Amino acid sequence: MLGRAGHAGVLSLFVIFTAFPFYWMLITAFKQTNDLMTRENNPFIFNMPPTLENLRILFHDTLYLRWLANTAFVGVIVVAITLVLALPAGYALARLAGRWGEQLGIAIFLTYLVPPTLLFIPMARVVADLGLQDSLWGLVLVYPSFTVPFCTWLLMGFFKAIPRDLEEAAMIDGHSRLGAFVRVVVPISVAGVLTVVIFTLTLVMQEFVYALTFISSAAKFTVSVGVPTFLVHGDVYFWGSIMAGCFIASVPIAVLYNFFVDRFIAGFTVGAVK
Amino acid sequence: MSDRTTALERAAAPPRTLRLSRLSVLVDRPEWLGPLMLGPAVLYILLLVGVPFLLALYYSVSDITMGGRTLGFVGLRHFAAVVGTPKFQTALKNTFVFAISAQVAVMVLATVLALALSRDFRGKWVVRLLILLPWVAPVSLGAIGWLWILDSTYSVLNWVLEALGLVPPYGGFMWLGVPHLAMGSIVVVHVWRILPLATVILLAGLSSIPQDIHDAAQVDGAGFWRHLFQITLPLVRPIMLVAGLFGLVLAFTDMIVVFVLTRGGPYDTTQVLASLAFFTGVQAGDLAEGAAIAVFLFPLLVAVAVVFLRVARRTEVT
Repeated sequence: MLGRAGHAGVLSLFVIFTAFPFYWMLITAFKQTNDLMTRENNPFIFNMPPTLENLRILFHDTLYLRWLANTAFVGVIVVAITLVLALPAGYALARLAGRWGEQLGIAIFLTYLVPPTLLFIPMARVVADLGLQDSLWGLVLVYPSFTVPFCTWLLMGFFKAIPRDLEEAAMIDGHSRLGAFVRVVVPISVAGVLTVVIFTLTLVMQEFVYALTFISSAAKFTVSVGVPTFLVHGDVYFWGSIMAGCFIASVPIAVLYNFFVDRFIAGFTVGAVK
Repeated sequence: MSDRTTALERAAAPPRTLRLSRLSVLVDRPEWLGPLMLGPAVLYILLLVGVPFLLALYYSVSDITMGGRTLGFVGLRHFAAVVGTPKFQTALKNTFVFAISAQVAVMVLATVLALALSRDFRGKWVVRLLILLPWVAPVSLGAIGWLWILDSTYSVLNWVLEALGLVPPYGGFMWLGVPHLAMGSIVVVHVWRILPLATVILLAGLSSIPQDIHDAAQVDGAGFWRHLFQITLPLVRPIMLVAGLFGLVLAFTDMIVVFVLTRGGPYDTTQVLASLAFFTGVQAGDLAEGAAIAVFLFPLLVAVAVVFLRVARRTEVT
């Protein structure tokens, strides 16, 4: 119905809506504070020369780098836990579980939908009882509770797509099933493993409710909690630095994620698309 | 019996049998290996989702406090105390207004956007990346971007409105400071965040429709709208349901957008159940009452799931 121009127009409107806040973060990050704080200035252009001062403040005068490091620390360990638990579970659901495997798979996936906002109060108590309050280890313990269900489901779909012949050949060659899984199936599942790594990392970066509830000292925040609670609710709003902090923690991972999004969607829609 | 035969058969098979042990016998048998491989994940989920879930239910009927060790049973006292308060009733109403209006907008916009993206064009990769950004970026950070865009003094939206002469100088809107505007802003930010997910899910559905069907409709002379409403949309209905279900669950249970943009204000007019549970249970330290509020999310979630399954079944029958 729409011509080429109309098509481009519709898409442009959507892109402006979705991407504008990120463009706004980027341009704000390089503006001088005086430029930002003069109402008469056209906010779309640099009324004063661009500056790197905001970035300097962000990296030197705030705990931003520390928060990035904390996020990476939690992310790496949670990725490891998720892989150790979800790889065998996904394989077992795909190959060994038989008729009840499907039901169990759906049950595991549904736990992914139980929201943190329902669980955070008892979770805080459990974490405190284990002595992990205000510690990154508390996050390490709790985050697999939502990464494992989703990644198990994702890997189940992935393993189902691998031809059985490959393992059967390995088993005829004298490997046990476990041996065939470890030596044959896992190595050819690099794409599946990478997908799990990317999704686990993004889930960890995005998580907000648990980190806000468990962590109380500024030096232990993750980036998604540190920026909104510590940078925004200081007395003075350093909008340039804040926007730089948001942009740096948002956009690079999104580019990475874009490569894997089709697998992610396949995980969401198993069964609905045939 | 059969155990022994398998073990014997295995023992006869060179060369792995040299290091045969009781464990590897277990591990070789599918009926043991399955549970062994599944066990750790299932146990983790039971301990860290199942147990806290039961605790959440129990806390809501107990007299637990932040520092205290008591866990006495007090029945439905907290529910009774909570349900009558205007705060809770506003939050309950807001949760529905917020979730339903955001989700309706998401479904309409996502359908349009997915149709636009299902065509081939140059630079599709970049367009898809730009559209996905709000979904991948941490919500709390995206919301701060909006906090700056909607700033009471330096809002770029007000600047544009002033420059166009639509509002007098210094007559711009307090986007987050006036009840209805604040609710509207929160709905828009939520739509912004969920739209990419719904779009890519719908896109997966659209691309799964065989081209023959489109060709046949073309040959039969179906116009754009007829094609859309009688062929394309009915075929993607199951997947629209999936997108709608996830979006509703996310909208019902989200507190991040509210937390960052308004903290529930002005005067609790944007408070939703999830954020109220946080402010009551964590910041005010009333664990039991916070848990009671959070538990209200559960029937909402079940209701959403049941409604959707019903609708799904009905569409299959007819």
